[in-house]
Amino acid sequence: MTTIQLLVGTTKGAFILDGDERRRDWSVRGPLCEGWPIHDLIVEPGTGAILAAGGSPWYGPAVWRSEDGGKTWTHSSEGLTYGDGAGDPEDGPQDSDGPPGAETVDGSDSDGGDRPRHSVTTVWSLATGPNGMLYAGVEPAGLFRSADGGRTWSHVEGLTNHPTRPTWGPGAGGLILHTIVPHPTDARRMWVGISAVGVFETRDGGTTWEPRNRGVRADFVPGPAPETGQCVHKFAMAAGEPETLYQQNHCGQYRSTDGGLEWTDLSGNGVPSQFGFPLVTHPRDPNTFWVIPLTQPEDGRYMPNASAAVWRTTDRGDTFTRGETGLPQEDAYLSVLREAMARDTLDPVGVTFGTKTGQLWHSSDEGDTWRLVTGNLPEIWAVEAVVHD
Amino acid sequence: MATVLLPRSLLALFPGIERRHEVSGETVAAVLVALDARAPGMRDRLVEEGPRLRPHIKVFVDGQQADLSTPIPDGATVHVIPAVSGG
Repeated sequence: MTTIQLLVGTTKGAFILDGDERRRDWSVRGPLCEGWPIHDLIVEPGTGAILAAGGSPWYGPAVWRSEDGGKTWTHSSEGLTYGDGAGDPEDGPQDSDGPPGAETVDGSDSDGGDRPRHSVTTVWSLATGPNGMLYAGVEPAGLFRSADGGRTWSHVEGLTNHPTRPTWGPGAGGLILHTIVPHPTDARRMWVGISAVGVFETRDGGTTWEPRNRGVRADFVPGPAPETGQCVHKFAMAAGEPETLYQQNHCGQYRSTDGGLEWTDLSGNGVPSQFGFPLVTHPRDPNTFWVIPLTQPEDGRYMPNASAAVWRTTDRGDTFTRGETGLPQEDAYLSVLREAMARDTLDPVGVTFGTKTGQLWHSSDEGDTWRLVTGNLPEIWAVEAVVHD
Repeated sequence: MATVLLPRSLLALFPGIERRHEVSGETVAAVLVALDARAPGMRDRLVEEGPRLRPHIKVFVDGQQADLSTPIPDGATVHVIPAVSGG
């Protein structure tokens, strides 16, 4: 029997919602991970282990691991460090306010005291590569990898050593590596997204990295768009087309068909706002992805006109259509963060998003109609959907 | 030898670990290394880069706030406490 799990990361722990392939009735388990703030959850291919990324205000960063469907968990941050010697004040900005209107994600402070400037505070993102390697993105921005399922970690120094590193500045939510997109077959290639720095690609397994921001606007700085400094919010790969990437940025939606070398601005294609956080691609159709536009930062960052909708394109972002059936159309001051939308792999595809106010909404028909799964979770930071056959 | 008392929220991260420990160590840092041998990973939960105690972890030796370099007298009582934090 096919079952499905929704893995939900919140400010007060992880939750798991169990359902069947009808995707109408769900049971909620949680809070898990001892109530730690959880930024991302994935399932490890092969083992089926659930991995959760987060950080405790008291006990620091960790990647949690459950091999029994979320009943019991272990945690580790062994090696998730830039080293005791890290923290040279000359290394670059750490406490700036970032671009005007940059996202506030978790309300964390920017650590303006005398702490080491590169203390890893939390784990923001997880991904697995085609070779089984596990990757973690952290705050302050950096990339780590684990060959043993998250028990021990090593620093991918090539990214931290990039020549632009001294210029990296955080958004209001921190200097965070929030998106990791491994190439599906070539373990040497990977893209990462850092706020408010931009997209980088490696083609040599992490030894060297190149910015991939050409064509992406940075409206919050004067003059032409810089090489880095773009405020990428989320990007994802088109199904079956590793060179096709779609991006939701602070300043618009974008498409690249050459692995990020050049980006085409999709703004004006029907989406009511250039601003938004999540972007999710279809598991089989490379032409389809979903975004959730929000009002501009200075206008509140909620769904435009306080009328909830998820926008879908089926032509690579040339046009978008509004999906709102079942969603509240009045007084819906909802906001959805970058990792808080996911899709499953069933046919038709199920799409789920969670809000900053704890509502979890699900569509089992690719975004045409929506049902409220639960309305009383803590602030939702991450959603992942997993199908078990 | 010192007596170390651990907080409930830390015990929850290491199932089976007792709250009270009799540990040898000349400094707070050494005591935490000894605890890590009993509960692998515990030091990482209490110490960040530097090394230094995490910002919201407080350690008291015989009632006096301590840091990693604080000496541990024989017979001392060491409290590890998550600081009041939140809102």
